[in-house]
Amino acid sequence: MAALTIAAGTGNWFSALALGVTLLKCLLIPTYYSTDFEVHRNWLAITHSLPISQWYYEATSEWTLDYPPFFAWFEYILSHVAKYFDQEMLNVHNLNYSSSRTLLFQRFSVIFTDILFVYAVHECCKCIGGKKVGKELTEKPKFILSVLLLWNFGLLIVDHIHFQYNGFLFGLMLLSIARLFQKRHMEGAFLFAVLLHFKHIYLYVAPAYGVYLLRSYCFTANKSDGSIRWNSFSFVRVISLGLVVFLVSALSLGPFLALNQLPQVFSRLFPFKRGLCHAYWAPNFWALYNALDKVLSVIGLKLKFLDPNKIPKASMTSGLVQQFQHTVLPSVTPLATLICTLIAILPSIFCLWFKPQGPRGFLRCLILCALSSFMFGWHVHEKAILLAILPMSLLSVGKAGDASVFLILTTTGHYSLFPLLFTAPERKNLFLIGWKLSTYLAWGLWKSAVNLYSLSPPGS
Amino acid sequence: MEKWYLMTIVVLIGLTVRWTVSLNSYSGAGKPPMFGDYEAQRHWQEITFNLPVKQWYFNSSDNNLQYWGLDYPPLTAYHSLLCAYVAKFINADWIALHTSRGYESQAHKLFMRSTVLIADLLIYIPAVVLYCCCLKEISTKKKIANVLCILLYPGLILIDYGHFQYNSVSLGFALWGVLGVSCDWDLLGSLAFCLAINYKQMELYHSLPFFCFLLGKCFKKGLKGKGFVLLVKLACTVVASFILCWLPFFTEREQTLQVLRRLFPVDRGLFEDKVANIWCSFNVLLKIKDILPRHIQLIMSFCFTFLSLLPACIKLTLQPSSKGFKFTLVSCALSFFLFSFQVHEKSILLVSLPVCLVLSDIPFMSTWFLLVSTFSMLPLLLKDELLMPSVVTTMAFFIACVTFFSIFEKTSEEELQLKSFSISVRKYLPCFTFLSRIIQYLFLISVITMVLLTLMTVTLDPPQKLPDLFSVLVCFVSCLNFLFFLVYFNIIIMWDSQNGRNQKKIS
Repeated sequence: MAALTIAAGTGNWFSALALGVTLLKCLLIPTYYSTDFEVHRNWLAITHSLPISQWYYEATSEWTLDYPPFFAWFEYILSHVAKYFDQEMLNVHNLNYSSSRTLLFQRFSVIFTDILFVYAVHECCKCIGGKKVGKELTEKPKFILSVLLLWNFGLLIVDHIHFQYNGFLFGLMLLSIARLFQKRHMEGAFLFAVLLHFKHIYLYVAPAYGVYLLRSYCFTANKSDGSIRWNSFSFVRVISLGLVVFLVSALSLGPFLALNQLPQVFSRLFPFKRGLCHAYWAPNFWALYNALDKVLSVIGLKLKFLDPNKIPKASMTSGLVQQFQHTVLPSVTPLATLICTLIAILPSIFCLWFKPQGPRGFLRCLILCALSSFMFGWHVHEKAILLAILPMSLLSVGKAGDASVFLILTTTGHYSLFPLLFTAPERKNLFLIGWKLSTYLAWGLWKSAVNLYSLSPPGS
Repeated sequence: MEKWYLMTIVVLIGLTVRWTVSLNSYSGAGKPPMFGDYEAQRHWQEITFNLPVKQWYFNSSDNNLQYWGLDYPPLTAYHSLLCAYVAKFINADWIALHTSRGYESQAHKLFMRSTVLIADLLIYIPAVVLYCCCLKEISTKKKIANVLCILLYPGLILIDYGHFQYNSVSLGFALWGVLGVSCDWDLLGSLAFCLAINYKQMELYHSLPFFCFLLGKCFKKGLKGKGFVLLVKLACTVVASFILCWLPFFTEREQTLQVLRRLFPVDRGLFEDKVANIWCSFNVLLKIKDILPRHIQLIMSFCFTFLSLLPACIKLTLQPSSKGFKFTLVSCALSFFLFSFQVHEKSILLVSLPVCLVLSDIPFMSTWFLLVSTFSMLPLLLKDELLMPSVVTTMAFFIACVTFFSIFEKTSEEELQLKSFSISVRKYLPCFTFLSRIIQYLFLISVITMVLLTLMTVTLDPPQKLPDLFSVLVCFVSCLNFLFFLVYFNIIIMWDSQNGRNQKKIS
C-alpha cells in the first residue's frame, strides 16, 4: 500500500493539476474542430508521402505548408505514428478526410505534445520563488501560476477545440524564459532559436531576446549606476550565441538552401498577399482603422462627398482572406505596419538596453513586443494574443500592479477568442470554462495582490 | 469569503465535465426502429403534450404502449409536459404527434441535453452543495473537496448526460429528503422524498430507511406525546403529497390501477438483460428463470430482500441516528438491488447516492464501491459508445479522491469503522489482526480484475458459442464485489452503537 501511495502521488498538487487538465482535454476530443484540423492532416500527408523537395511546392490542397522546416519535420515524425491509426489520412489527395481514428490520433498528438508545456510550467514555478505568504496552498504563487498556465482557457480553446499545436510551442518559449531566469543564457537562446524555426510568429518577440542577450549577457558587467560598461564586452559570448543561432538555422534551412528553394520557402512563410486583416479581425489597431474607414465611407456616401461608383466592391467584413483598398483613409502597406510596430516597441527596447532590470525587465519587454506586434502587425490572427497572455501570467504572480493589468488582459483576450468557436454546444462549454477560470483568476490575483501589498511597500 | 469562490469553481468544474460528456452519443442514436432512452423521453414529451391526461397511461391508436409507453409515475409525465412546452416554443416538429417519431438532429440534441443540465442545476447540485456544507466535524476545505468528488462521480454523469436519463431529478429530491430528515426538518424531508418516489418508483428502494428512521424518531419522542403528533403530521404530509401528484389519476379506479400496472410490471420476469445481481449471476449456474414459476420467483425475491435488510432497519428504528440512517440507506438499497425483482443495471445509482453521502466517513471503501458501480454498467456504456468518457471520468474521480481524501492512508481498522467488529472477533480468534491487510489485497485484486475485464471487453471478440461472455463476467465480478459490500455495510451498522459506547467511555 505504501508503494501505491507514492505512486498515486498523494498531496502532490502539481501532478493532480496536470493530470486533471489532461483528462479534461481527453473529454474535449469530440468537440468541434476548425479547418486547422484539415491543415495539419494535409501536412502529415505532404511530409509523409512526398520528398523534401516537394514540401514547399505542393499545392493540391489550399492549405499549403507555411510553417518553418522544423515544424515540417515534426509533422513527418508524427506521420510515422499516424500510419498505425489510419493509413488513409496520409494520402495527399484525401482532402477533408476525417475518420474517427484520424480525429483520435490528431487530438491525442496535441494532448501528448503538451507534456513539454507541463515541464516548462514546472520549471517556471521553480523560478518565481515564493515569499512565504501563507500556509494555504491556494495562496501560494506557485499554485496560482500553475493553474493560470496549465488550465489556461485560451490555450484549451485554441489547441484542444479549434485545433492547433500551440501547447508544446509555448512550452518551448516558457522553457527558454525559465532558462534565462535561471541564468542559463545559452540554453535559453538555443531554445528560442529552435522555437523560431518551429513557428515564425515568435519573431514578434525576437527583438526582446536579441537586445536582452546582447546587453545583459554579452556585456558581462555593469557600472555602479547600472549603465553599460563597454569594456566588459565579451567576444566569446557573442560568437557562441551567434554560432548557436547559425547552427540551428543551418539545420533548419540548410536542406532548402541546397535545393535552391529558399525564396519559395520565404514566400510561403511570409504571405503578404493575404491582406491587412485576417478573415476574422484580430482586435488590433487595424481593426479600428478599418472600422473608422467604413464609418467614414458610409457618412461620406450619405452626405454625397463620395461617388458610389468609385468605391471598391470588395468588403472587408466578408470573412474572406484577401487584399483590398481602403476608401477614405490611406491604404496600409506591410511596410507601414512594420514601421508602426517598430515605433511601438522602441520605448521598451530602449529601457531594456539602458536600464536593464534583469530577467524581469526582459519579460516585461517581451510582453510589450508581443502586444505591440499584435496591435500593429500585418495579418495578425486573434490567437496571437496568447503570446502576450502566457508570459504575462509569470509577471502577474509577482507584483500587484501586474496582477490587475493581467486580469484585464486575460479577460478581454479570452473573450476575443470566442468567435473561434462556431457551434452552439461548444459555446455553452466555453462559457462554463471561461467563467470558471475568470472567477479563479479574479480571486487568486486579488488575494495575492493583497498579500504582496501588505508585504512589500508600493513602488518596489 | 474564499469558501464560496472555491465552491463556485468546483460546481463549474462539475458542470464542465457534465457538458463535455454530453457531447458524445446517446442511447439508441441512429438505431431505428426502437432507438433508445433518448427517444423514449422525446416520445413522452410528445404524448403528454398532445394527448389528454386520461390517455397518458392507456393503450390507444394515438398512444402505442409497446413503443416506449410511460412507465414512470406522474411527476415524470409532468416534467415531460413542461419540457414539451419549451420544445413547442422552439420547434414544434420535435413533438408533433406521430410524425416526430425517431426525430434526431443537432438542435434537438442540444435541447434535450440542456433540459438535463437545467434539471441537474436546479435540483441535484444545490442538494449536494448544501449537504456537504452541513456536514459536521470536517474543515471547510474538506467540505469543498467532498462536493467535487460527489459531483465527479462517473456513474451518474455517464447515465444522465451520456445514455440520457433524468436520474439527477429523483436522486436530487431524495437527497433533499435525506438533508431535511437529518437536520430535523422532518416534514420538508418527507415531502421531498415523496416527490422523489413520485418521480421514479425505484426510489422505493430508499423508502424503508426513511420510514424506520422517522418511526424511530417518533418512538424516541414518546408515542403518547410529541411522537404521536409527529407521526400524524408525517402521515398527513405523505398522503397529501401523493394525492397532489396523482390527482388526475384518482378520479377513476381504472386510471389508478392502470398506472400501477405500468409502474410495476410483474409480468416481465425476475430480471431482464444482464444485471449485476444475485439472480442473474445464479442463472449462469442454474437457470432459475426458466425452472421456477413466476409467483415462486416473486415470493423468493421478496423473502431474500426483506431478510437481508431487516436487521439494519430494526436497528435504525430502535436507535435512530443520522449516521445509522445513511448507512442503512446504503445497505437497504444494496439489498434491493441484489435480491429484488426486475432490477435494471442503472438501479445501482440508487445505491451510489447514499455511498457518496458517506464518502467523508469511509473514503477508501466508498471510492472502491463507486468505482465498481461504474464498472458494473460497462456493457451498457459500451453499447452507447461511451468508452472514452467513462474511462476519463473514472480516472478523474479516482485522482480527485486520492488527492483530496488520501484514501490509501485511511485503511486502518479504525478508519474503516471496523474496530469494534474486529475486537469482538478477537475475543474468539486472538490472531485476527490482519483485517485491514486483507481488505487492501481484496481492493487490489478487485481493481486489477476490473481493468483486465475492461481491456478484454474492448479489445477481444467473445467466442461464438458464448456471445455474452464478457457482459456476464462483468456482472458476475460486480455481483461478488457488491455481496462483499453488503456484508461490510451491515457489519458497520450492527457494530456501530458498541463503538459509540466505547468512545464515550474513553473520552
